[in-house]
Amino acid sequence: MISAGTNGADIGRGASVTLSDLEKTYDRASAAPKDVDRVSLDIRSGEFLTMLGPSGSGKTTTLMMIAGFETPTAGDIAIDGKSVVAMPPYRRNIGMVFQNYALFPHLTVEENVGFPLKQRGVPKPERARLVAEALELVHLPGYGARYPRQLSGGQQQRVAVARAVVFKPRLLLMDEPLGALDKQLRENLQLEMRRLHADLGITFIYVTHDQEEALTMSDRIAVMNDGKVAQVGTPEDLYDRPENRFVAGFIGESNFLPAVVRGVENDVVIAECDGAVIRALCPGRPASGEKVTLTTRPERLRFADSAWIGEQMPQNCLSVTVTEAVFAGERCRYMLQAGDGTSIVLKEPSSAAIRRRAVGERAEIAWSVADTILV
Amino acid sequence: MILARILPAGVVGLILFFLAFPIVVVAIVSFSSATYLTFPPPAFGLRWYEAYFSNPDWLKPTWVSIWVACAVVVLATFLGTLAALGIARLPKAMRVVAAGLILSPLIVPGIVVAIGIYYAYSRYGLVGTPIAMVLAHTCLAVPFVVTSVTASLSGIDPRLEQAALSLGATPGATFFQVTLPLIQPGVLVGALFAFITSFDELIVALFISGTGAVTLPRRMWDDLRFQIDPTIAAVSTLTIVLTAALMGAAHLLRKRAERNRMATSSAAA
Repeated sequence: MISAGTNGADIGRGASVTLSDLEKTYDRASAAPKDVDRVSLDIRSGEFLTMLGPSGSGKTTTLMMIAGFETPTAGDIAIDGKSVVAMPPYRRNIGMVFQNYALFPHLTVEENVGFPLKQRGVPKPERARLVAEALELVHLPGYGARYPRQLSGGQQQRVAVARAVVFKPRLLLMDEPLGALDKQLRENLQLEMRRLHADLGITFIYVTHDQEEALTMSDRIAVMNDGKVAQVGTPEDLYDRPENRFVAGFIGESNFLPAVVRGVENDVVIAECDGAVIRALCPGRPASGEKVTLTTRPERLRFADSAWIGEQMPQNCLSVTVTEAVFAGERCRYMLQAGDGTSIVLKEPSSAAIRRRAVGERAEIAWSVADTILV
Repeated sequence: MILARILPAGVVGLILFFLAFPIVVVAIVSFSSATYLTFPPPAFGLRWYEAYFSNPDWLKPTWVSIWVACAVVVLATFLGTLAALGIARLPKAMRVVAAGLILSPLIVPGIVVAIGIYYAYSRYGLVGTPIAMVLAHTCLAVPFVVTSVTASLSGIDPRLEQAALSLGATPGATFFQVTLPLIQPGVLVGALFAFITSFDELIVALFISGTGAVTLPRRMWDDLRFQIDPTIAAVSTLTIVLTAALMGAAHLLRKRAERNRMATSSAAA
């Protein structure tokens, strides 16, 4: 379990985790919705997977079930193919970083980091060496004799990470570990987490409600809503190809255009929206005449008369009226209204060379078919 | 303006004087040289302290009280700590009921408790034995331990225990290496209160100490009724000093625990 050195380059240092139809209901008697509802996820060895969702979406409960602090009502959790549902948390050999770190206030940094080694009966000299190595890894060498209360929030966070990885677990769980820190520090530590993940090569499961954090750090993101997985995919997948309205609205900003399907051409849907023909990408094959919602990102819309727009891509066009114009430094943000009353947000990179629009002005907007998704 | 500032201070001063005056009088009288209780004393001396320390009629009950109180400390601290740990793990509705039952000796009038204990113990021939005193005082002291340990338990982040488990500590190791050190100040404060509760207790002692287990408060009560001399002032003063010292220790422990808790919760900020 405890191997010497951190650089042993064996393949699959990380555990694979499989959640199959995982369910958790706290209140069995009532017909209340399940806290975790048939969650199935395949987390690959060495992956950085983030569970992202609003509070109450079931992400922390799912994490607690993987750690062993909650028992699933139904379904299975397998680590490296072996079910761990019946295994108590202290046998699972999983590292965990808690919200607010949960450092032991009565122990020094060294004793905190050495705690898991002590439980595993690692002899003292070996323990001291591994603790020093772990503190080195989180850039806190020489802090061993201090007590947690003598450290800043960011330092405590690093100690918590050192303590969670010192016993070389193959899986590290993190429950909003950066939530209590200020923005600047959070951004630094996000990069540090990525570096740590690359250094250790173990599997990370990370829980957060902060979409920016999830997009920056993760290999894949599982977006959770109402106890269910709304979509799993790479940050690009989720941003460019949201599969449903929740994901489109939760990650980044989205415009939603009501439309009626007129036909399908290859994997492009032809729809009618406010009298204009709009083409959108769609994996499914909606029936003609079906009422649907199309989504597109504000920064991917352009005013059609802007000189530099690319002509090679098929474009969607719509006539709108400017209802609000805000200059925000690096970009201009326009609120537009289509003929049918739909509000549309358009973000344009600011440049002295681009003419700014006035409120009340009529305009044509255009955007790529590739940036239009049917949800 | 000046009156507005002086008046509240004056009122507070009067209240404090009113509270402390009897204690001060007793302390002064204990150093009296007179052979009867009189205030102010004609001259000062230590003769009544000498009288106390040389009289087995006073020393024996003192030892009984100390032994009973120490046994109560051990029993009540052990039982009270276990009870507090158990209550904290109960579902919320049951927690209220269990806490209420354990605290009932504090709520029921002392005389009622004393009568109940007297009847119960006399059936088993326990009246007049030190064991009866220990058991009865333990009932009265457990609520203090439970209250104090529960307070320190509620200040502990439940994630600390989860963290220990996730790091490979068994539930037993988690208790001894994490939970117990963290609630230790609360346990010690509870133990001090258990000692004071037993050491100062009179009502139950009047009923069940009989002739075989006369405690110090009981001896003082008898003295006041039958022979009254300034020895009782000396005994009272010593009791007050001991109790005050223990209360001071409890206060310091609480302060320390508070400081630790603030240090850990500042991590959350």
